[in-house]
Amino acid sequence: MIVEVDNLSHLYGSRKALDGLSFRVEKGRIFGLLGPNGGGKSTLFRILATMMAPSTGSARIAGFDVVSASSAVRRRIGVVFQTQSLDRKLTVGENLRAQGHLFGFSGADLSKRLEVALARMRLGDRRDDPVDTLSGGLKRRVEIAKALMHEPQVLLMDEPSTGLDPGVRRELSQHIEELRATRGVTVLLTTHILEEAERCDRLLLIHQGRRVAEGSPAELKSRVGGDVVEMETIARDGLPEQIRQRFQVEPQVIDGHIRVEIADGHRFIASVMEAFPGAITSIQLHKPTLEDVFLDETGEHLT
Amino acid sequence: MTFWLPVYTLWRRDLIRFWRERTRVLGFLGTPLIFWLIVGSGFGDMGFYYPGTLTLTVMFSAIFSMMSLIEDRREGFLLSMLVSPAPRASMVLGKVLGSSTLAWLQSVVLLVFLPLAGYPVSLHLLAQLAAVLFLIAFTFTSLGFLFAWKMDSTQGFHAIMNLVLFPLWMVSGSLFSMQQAHGWMQWLMRVNPLTYSVAAIRRLLEPSVADGSPALAVSVAVTLGCGLALWIASTAAASQKVSRSNA
Repeated sequence: MIVEVDNLSHLYGSRKALDGLSFRVEKGRIFGLLGPNGGGKSTLFRILATMMAPSTGSARIAGFDVVSASSAVRRRIGVVFQTQSLDRKLTVGENLRAQGHLFGFSGADLSKRLEVALARMRLGDRRDDPVDTLSGGLKRRVEIAKALMHEPQVLLMDEPSTGLDPGVRRELSQHIEELRATRGVTVLLTTHILEEAERCDRLLLIHQGRRVAEGSPAELKSRVGGDVVEMETIARDGLPEQIRQRFQVEPQVIDGHIRVEIADGHRFIASVMEAFPGAITSIQLHKPTLEDVFLDETGEHLT
Repeated sequence: MTFWLPVYTLWRRDLIRFWRERTRVLGFLGTPLIFWLIVGSGFGDMGFYYPGTLTLTVMFSAIFSMMSLIEDRREGFLLSMLVSPAPRASMVLGKVLGSSTLAWLQSVVLLVFLPLAGYPVSLHLLAQLAAVLFLIAFTFTSLGFLFAWKMDSTQGFHAIMNLVLFPLWMVSGSLFSMQQAHGWMQWLMRVNPLTYSVAAIRRLLEPSVADGSPALAVSVAVTLGCGLALWIASTAAASQKVSRSNA
């Protein structure tokens, strides 16, 4: 296990950002931490990136404790921040060289690493461009190239897709997939974007600093029973209860909508419309998403 | 080598940035120069106000160069330094040396006015002055680092400049000598570290000046001591494990 987190808790004053979180990440996986903003992902990211010590509990990366052996951890992790960490006044090449120096590389070794990093993220023709002049997607690629200069075993990425348009997002996830395939890098990323979470091998759902569920995206979605049907209704207090009795289902009321998980949703739609004429103003069916998994477990939306 | 590479790269980075934004930074030279020309001409003693002017230039440019640390934090560059295995001491040293060099360069430019101040120009004197100016620059940037490390905005920096450093500079022997000062003011000047920076320059220009300035060796030693103490304090501050509450 390349990442081991045990009973991690963190307090900001009296607010609990992480509450007894434990999980393991296998080598070579793309592991996603999925949860709403403010759910504790960023705190967890900071602790794993050795930027801050947890209140209690422990975390190890490649066998090294993130607090007591932070220097050993830093040599083994590449960190891609949600915010930019490049010097905008320097060129791409200058940024990467500076990063290499921070890790103690110089001379031919550094030049070789620079070449590899540029080629890997297809930035060869951008070496002398000032970072200021790059697009958002290119900057993100430079950030990743920078994080990989020292060939880390684990790549930590905080919300890598946030702020990127869909085309760039897909391209980014191809890069990540390529890294895992060619170099066996383990990727641990935080996200609140479903599309990005879908592409992870394994997900840990976090809510209010606690574990909600863990598994592959397919496993998690299979926990939701069949289809999901959501109804908008004219205010009628007893309706969820009436649906429960009549169809032997467990309706949830979320944000004024009635939500039902049921096999053969299309049949249910016909029956429920007939059973309560005029009460339902809108009805829709979809296959379970990770959002449904999250809703099921927490009663709250992901975003 | 792992200690000096980060120092080198951070120092070099500040120089590159300075070169690419030089018009913005050179403005700091203006204020001390105008002060000197007006006050020096007004009192008809360009020579007396010259050491204070040099000190003020170093102080201004050192403190303002160190504002780049706040920018580094805001722009995110600091983050990648913090998660690199580079020792914090070398990180701080690189940052401090970068800013010191810039402050030093700006004060060295003012040495062209040495003849106007009425002092003889010699290579020996220039070298000595340049060395002392660098020492003062190092001390001020270390102080700047200590302030900037805890700050998220540059406004606080201006407050410190106006409320702490500028008053200290006024009672450092740059405007009036220790001999001219009265009772408690003399005592205040003696405990003011800045007095020793100004005195070091004055003693180099006029070794036998009898205005109550501390001796050269004492002045240099105090400045060096302050610089080292502040650098160590900065390193200690930067080494603390932070637990910021902006989750």
